[in-house]
Amino acid sequence: MGGAKTDIKLIDENGLRFDGRKPDELRPIRIEANVLKRADGSAYLEWGGNKVIAAVYGPRECHPRHMQDPLRAVVQAKYNMASFSVSDRKRPGPDRRSQEISKIISEAFEHVIFTHLFPRTSIDVYMEVLQADAGTRCAALTAASVALADAGIPMRDLVSSCAAGKVQDTIVLDLRKEEDNFGEADMPLGIVPRTGEIVLLQMDGDLTLEEFNKTMSLATEACHKIYELQKDALRRKYGVTDDEDVQESVDAVAESVPDRQEEAEEAFEDEQEES
Amino acid sequence: MSKNILSDISRDFIYKLIEKGQRLDGRAKTEFRKVEVETGYIGTAEGSASVRLGNTRAVVGIKSILGEPYADTPDTGVLTTNVELIPLASENFESGPPGRDAIEIARVVDRGIREGKAIDLEKLCVTPGEEVWINFIDIHALDYDGNLFDCANIGVNAALKSAMVPASQHDKGEDYPFPVKHYPISATFVKISGHMVADPTYDEESVASSRLTIATVENGNLCAMQKGLGGSFTRQEVDQAMEIAIEWGKKVRSEVLNIG
Amino acid sequence: MNEETDNVSASEVSTGRELVLPGDMLSDSKYKAGSGTYLENGKIFASQLGIVSVRSNFINVVPLAGRFIPKVGDQVIGIIMDVGPSNWLIDINSPYPAPMHINEAPWKVEFGDTGRYLTVGDLILGKIFMVDEVKHVQVTMRSHGLRKLQGGQVVEISHSKVPRVIGRNGSMIQMIKNSTGCRIIVGQNGRIWLDGEMEAISTAVTAIQMIEREAQTIGLTDKLRELLESANKKKG
Repeated sequence: MGGAKTDIKLIDENGLRFDGRKPDELRPIRIEANVLKRADGSAYLEWGGNKVIAAVYGPRECHPRHMQDPLRAVVQAKYNMASFSVSDRKRPGPDRRSQEISKIISEAFEHVIFTHLFPRTSIDVYMEVLQADAGTRCAALTAASVALADAGIPMRDLVSSCAAGKVQDTIVLDLRKEEDNFGEADMPLGIVPRTGEIVLLQMDGDLTLEEFNKTMSLATEACHKIYELQKDALRRKYGVTDDEDVQESVDAVAESVPDRQEEAEEAFEDEQEES
Repeated sequence: MSKNILSDISRDFIYKLIEKGQRLDGRAKTEFRKVEVETGYIGTAEGSASVRLGNTRAVVGIKSILGEPYADTPDTGVLTTNVELIPLASENFESGPPGRDAIEIARVVDRGIREGKAIDLEKLCVTPGEEVWINFIDIHALDYDGNLFDCANIGVNAALKSAMVPASQHDKGEDYPFPVKHYPISATFVKISGHMVADPTYDEESVASSRLTIATVENGNLCAMQKGLGGSFTRQEVDQAMEIAIEWGKKVRSEVLNIG
Repeated sequence: MNEETDNVSASEVSTGRELVLPGDMLSDSKYKAGSGTYLENGKIFASQLGIVSVRSNFINVVPLAGRFIPKVGDQVIGIIMDVGPSNWLIDINSPYPAPMHINEAPWKVEFGDTGRYLTVGDLILGKIFMVDEVKHVQVTMRSHGLRKLQGGQVVEISHSKVPRVIGRNGSMIQMIKNSTGCRIIVGQNGRIWLDGEMEAISTAVTAIQMIEREAQTIGLTDKLRELLESANKKKG
C-alpha cells in the first residue's frame, strides 16, 4: 500500500469517490465465456479499466514429468501482464509479483477442483492481463474460474473474487489505481460463494479490527454479486433451448450414461468368451 | 511450428485435396482468410489493435518512452518489435523467454516495418544525440491457427495507424500521431505436396515443407522477405507469390486499414 | 444458500431440461449422486457444466464440455504415437496416452516386429479394455470390427458433442451417411473417420462441424437437412 501523499481528493464531501462511485459500489463488469478456439475453455473479462483473458488447457499430460502427482491433477495457474497493459511498459516475462499471484491463484483453485479424478495430469490455467487498472488478480481469478467451468473441469463451485480497502479513512470496495496507490489499505479476497470459504486472502496497509470486519463484509458481498455475473456469462453461452430436437438428443445421451460402463463390460466379456 | 498430432490419413487428405486445388476450409489456393481489426483496444498503450485472421488472433500494443538514441543514428527514434507466443494461445506454446519461432516472427514483422519505411523515425527525435522516442511494439498471440506472420503484420500496421506519441505526458509539447509514411503488408505462403497456398492454417503449417513471407509497400516494391522451413521454392513460385503479395497488400490497405 | 435448499425440493428436479453449473444444488437425499455431481452434507450438487438427467434413482449431469476421459468399453479412434518392441503407444485424444500390447493386436505379432503392423501416424479403431484407479489405460484391437483405418479422412470434435452428432437413435449420423454415401465411424473420444468420394467427405465434414458448432441451437435437424440437400444440388 502506497499511503503516499496526494493532492487528488479521493473521497469528496458527499462521501463519493473521485470517479463518482459510492464507497460500496463496484466498477462495471462484463464477462464473456468461451472466447478462444484453441483452448479447452476460456473467458474474457472487462472490469472497470481492467481487461483480462483467461484460458484453460487440460486435464492434459503433465510436463515437466517430475511435477506429476500419481494420485491427482496438479493445477498450474499462470498470471501474466502484457507489457503494454500498464502505463510504464513492463518487461515481458514473469517477475516476483506475478509468480506470487500465480501461486496463490493455483492454490485457490486446488481447493475447488476435483483433482483426484485426473491423476498424473495437469490443469493449466493461463491469465493474461491486457490492460490493468488495479485489482487485476481478482479480475484474473474471476475470469479463470469461468474458463475452468467452460472447459468442463469438475469443481465444487466457481471461485469469485473482489478487493476492498481503505481510502482516506473510508472503507471502499474495488479500488482503482489511484485509490490503490494513495489509499491506506487493500485487501483482495477470493471465496467459494456457495459455502463462503475463503480461498484467497491478502492484505497490505493498515486496518483496525473493526475496519477489517467492514472491509471483509464489503468484499464478500461483492463476491456474491460477481458470482451471479460469472454464472450469467456461462448461461448465456450454453443457454439450452426448449427445442425438442435438442432435448431428445440430450435425453438419449443422458440415458446412456449410468449404464454405459456395465453394458460395455458385459459386451466385452461376451466377446472375450467368443474368442 | 511445433508438434500437432495429425494422422497420416489427415496428411494424405490435405495432399489429395490440394491436388484438386482445394483446401480443408474450402478456400482457393491463393485465398486469404477474413481479417478483422479493432484499434484503440488497449487504453494503456500509445497505439493498439486486436486482430483476427480467420481463427488466429493477436493483440498488438505500442508503448513509447524517452531515451537516448543509438550513437550511429543520433537523430532517429528507436523501434523494437517483440512477439510473445504465450501458452494461452496454443497447446504447443511454452512459458518463458521468446524462443526461435517467436523471434523469427518478430524479426520478419520488424523488417517489414523498418525496411518499408513505415515510420519516419526522424520525427521521433526530440533532441538529436540526446533524446528520442524509444518505441516498443509488443505482439501477443491469443489464439493460434497458423500464419501469425501476417496476422501480426496487419495488427502492427493498424496499431501504428492509431498511435499517438505521448509528448504531453513528458512535457514535450502536444501529443501527435505516429509519423506513419507507409504501410508495408506481408503475405505468407507455404508449400504443401508441391503446391503453394497462401495464409496457411495450423493444420496446413503442420504438413508444409517450406514457407515464404513477402512484404510489399504501396508502389508494389518489396521491402522484406523470409523463406523458412526445410523445403524449397522454384523461381516461378517466388514470382507467383510476389504477384499475390502485391495484390494482398493493396487489398489490406484499402479494405482493412482504409487508406487512400 | 439456505434459501436455495428450501426452494428446491427433490421432486422438482428437472430431467434433461436445465443447464446447471458447478456448485448448483440438484437434490437432497432422495437420489443417488451420479456422474458430474458430488455429495456434501447429504445434498447433491453439480460439479460440471451440463444438463441434469435422472435415471434409475441416480441424478447425473451430462457435461457440455470437457476432455475425453477413457472408460472401459469405449470405442476410440487412436493415432499411433510411438512403437516399442512389445507395444504401441496410442494417442486417444485424452490426457492419458494409451499403450496397446502385442497380445491385444488383431494379428500374431512377434516381439520386436511391431513396426511391420502399425507405425507412427497410423490410425486405428480400438477399444478401451482396461483403466485402473490411477488411469493407466490399455487399448485392444482384439474384438469384432476393430482394425487399422485406411484412407478417407479423420476429424476431431469435442467429445461432449459426440452424442449430438450421433443424434437420437443415430438419426443425425444416419442422415449424413444416407445423403453423402460416406462410411462413417464415430469414436467416443471425439474422433470421426469418414470414407467415400472426396466431395462427399468434405460435405460430411462440413455437416459434422456444423452440428458441433450449433449443438445447442433450435432446428438443427432442419439445418442439417438443408446443408446436405444444397450440397447434393450443387453436385447435380
